[in-house]
Amino acid sequence: MAVSVDEAVSTGPARDHTPPARRLGGRGRSVLEIALLTLLAVVMLFPVLWMIETSIKENRDVYAIPAKFFDFTVTLEHYKDVFVAPGGGRSALSVAFLNSVVVAGVSTLLATVLGVPAAWAYSRFAVKAKKDQLFFILSTRFMPPVVVVVPIFLMYRQVGLIDSKLGLILIYAAFNVPFTIWMMKGFVDEVPAEYEDAAMLDGYTRLQAFRLFTLPLLVPGIAATAVFALIFSWNEFVFATFLTSSDDVRTAPPAIAGLIGGTTTDWGLVAAASVVFALPVLVFAYLVRKHLIAGVTLGAVRR
Amino acid sequence: MAGIEVTALHKRYPDGTVAVEHVDLSIGDGELFVMLGPSGCGKTTTLRAIAGLERQTTGDIRIGDTLVNDLPPAERDIAMVFQFYALYPHLKTRDNLAFPLRAEGLPKSEVQERVAEAARLMRLGPLLDRRPRQLSGGEQQRVALARALVRRPRAFLMDEPLTNLDAELRADMRTEIKHLQGELGATMVYVTHDQVEAMSLGHRIAILNKGRVEQIGTPLEVYDRPASLFCAAFIGSPPMNLIEVEVADGKLRSQGGLALTPPPGLPRDRRLVAGVRPEALEVTEPGAERSVPARVVSAEWLGDEIIYVVDHSGQRDVRVRMPPTVRFAADAPVGLRHTGGTPAVYDVSTEELVA
Ligand SMILES: Nc1ncnc2c1ncn2[C@@H]1O[C@H](COP(=O)(O)OP(=O)(O)OP(=O)(O)O)[C@@H](O)[C@H]1O
Ligand SMILES: [Mg+2]
Repeated sequence: MAVSVDEAVSTGPARDHTPPARRLGGRGRSVLEIALLTLLAVVMLFPVLWMIETSIKENRDVYAIPAKFFDFTVTLEHYKDVFVAPGGGRSALSVAFLNSVVVAGVSTLLATVLGVPAAWAYSRFAVKAKKDQLFFILSTRFMPPVVVVVPIFLMYRQVGLIDSKLGLILIYAAFNVPFTIWMMKGFVDEVPAEYEDAAMLDGYTRLQAFRLFTLPLLVPGIAATAVFALIFSWNEFVFATFLTSSDDVRTAPPAIAGLIGGTTTDWGLVAAASVVFALPVLVFAYLVRKHLIAGVTLGAVRR
Repeated sequence: MAGIEVTALHKRYPDGTVAVEHVDLSIGDGELFVMLGPSGCGKTTTLRAIAGLERQTTGDIRIGDTLVNDLPPAERDIAMVFQFYALYPHLKTRDNLAFPLRAEGLPKSEVQERVAEAARLMRLGPLLDRRPRQLSGGEQQRVALARALVRRPRAFLMDEPLTNLDAELRADMRTEIKHLQGELGATMVYVTHDQVEAMSLGHRIAILNKGRVEQIGTPLEVYDRPASLFCAAFIGSPPMNLIEVEVADGKLRSQGGLALTPPPGLPRDRRLVAGVRPEALEVTEPGAERSVPARVVSAEWLGDEIIYVVDHSGQRDVRVRMPPTVRFAADAPVGLRHTGGTPAVYDVSTEELVA
């Protein structure tokens, strides 16, 4: 997975709860702290910054030696090239982006729709050999994609799923369901079963009780889980490379990778495509950030 | 309202834990029935089986005339108040109250009317537009009770509803519940491990231990004649003194010479234990009439009374309840005298009341 839980947990707001007295040993310390953090940020963010810069430079500035940091002409040509084909019409990259949106979106939706009820069932009911089942489910994630991609390739060829969006959607959903079940089970465990008990005594069926009372309380958890699943599907490279070949099925990661190589590489285009590729997940994570933090820290709150 | 009949209830959880061994209960229409017992004795499990939230392994449950074994909770028409109140956190008080009614599909005006009535009964007026997290523990408890009330169910089940409240509030709520139950003539099964609560609330009390009913009786019966050594040691604070006795010349005599009036019909040739309440004993000056020599080990001064712990030859830690005006120093030699009537007598081997 692209984002580890640690990264998600250590976002700003959680830190702000530390009382100031404990956080800072005095003015000198805070200056040092800020300096170190700035240094770290620059080192970490430099490649991103460079990518953004490259995407808005003209080609001769891109290849300029020494590299130009500030005094270059800003152009949006590369961004236009991302979406519009040289002869007019839609570019292959824009089709790839659309494919990515469809594949990542649908597979995440599928994983969530399947995983959340499963997690609820594992949390609430006495299932035979529950621990073994859960371990088995998790174990399907132990294999790295590169290991399973060849058998899956052969199977897909048999059933005609090779080079199809449906094929990618299914494999991503299959990869995300175990993760969704495990993460969501933690969230469901946190919601007291008494809500459902009370609702059932109030005259609702078990499923109504789940839908009306437990589900609304799970929204932050679902948001957090879905973001992780989405990021996985969005970034996935190995399956996408092996299982698709035509331009109208290929997703963005192999499409962008395909730009590199050959005789010349249009770095401006690569950078612009990368920026466009990075944006949706960032925006999405930003939109659900409240849920993300609430979701990832849910266990810390006493009920 | 309806009575509840539980016959030969047995519950074994899938993991093999037997939570309820064998329970028979017959709860009358309009009765406030208390189930009392130590932690893990199966009270909650029994209650959840009555509610339909757990399926019993064997045994029958009847509510009114209906055998409800196979009915889902929704069709049993009972309300339950949970220890953790289970108010829906995303709903305001008003909607929390209205929810069970909406499930029934009542018309809007009727819902409003019933909510208003329950709110009046539990004095929730100013709290109607708040969410659970904006309410104090006591207020949440009142909302939970009101939510149970609105539906006018056939019976109320309460699982330690006051445990999370502080002592003063608990006493208030106790009075309130008792009053409400009387006013509505409601059938109520009330689970607690607090014997004071059980004594002050219950028309009848069932004492449970390890998934079995040890005794069912009115608070007075349960207090005066505990049916087993377990009940004897469980009821009362401090509980009965269990004193080994022998029958000799028409008296029950302890090793130290304390003489008690024997109840009629004592079996012969059994090892016996007499259960003597702390208030049936008296600490006296040494050598007082009918007293046996004893020694004060310690004294707990509780304001309105003093609990003396005394040793008298061979019998350790006998607890005696005395008025606060009578003072003896620790370690002082004193007399110990029985002032009560006939004690309850238990067979040591069967642990049951024999007379
Ligand atoms: N879902 C379950 N699965 C397995 N065992 C359980 C389950 N629920 C309860 N038990 C066990 O059954 C026994 C009785 O539990 P129960 O909750 O009925 O006790 P209780 O009398 O309500 O205790 P307390 O006063 O602590 O609430 C306990 O030993 C408990 O560990
Ligand atoms: Mg319990």
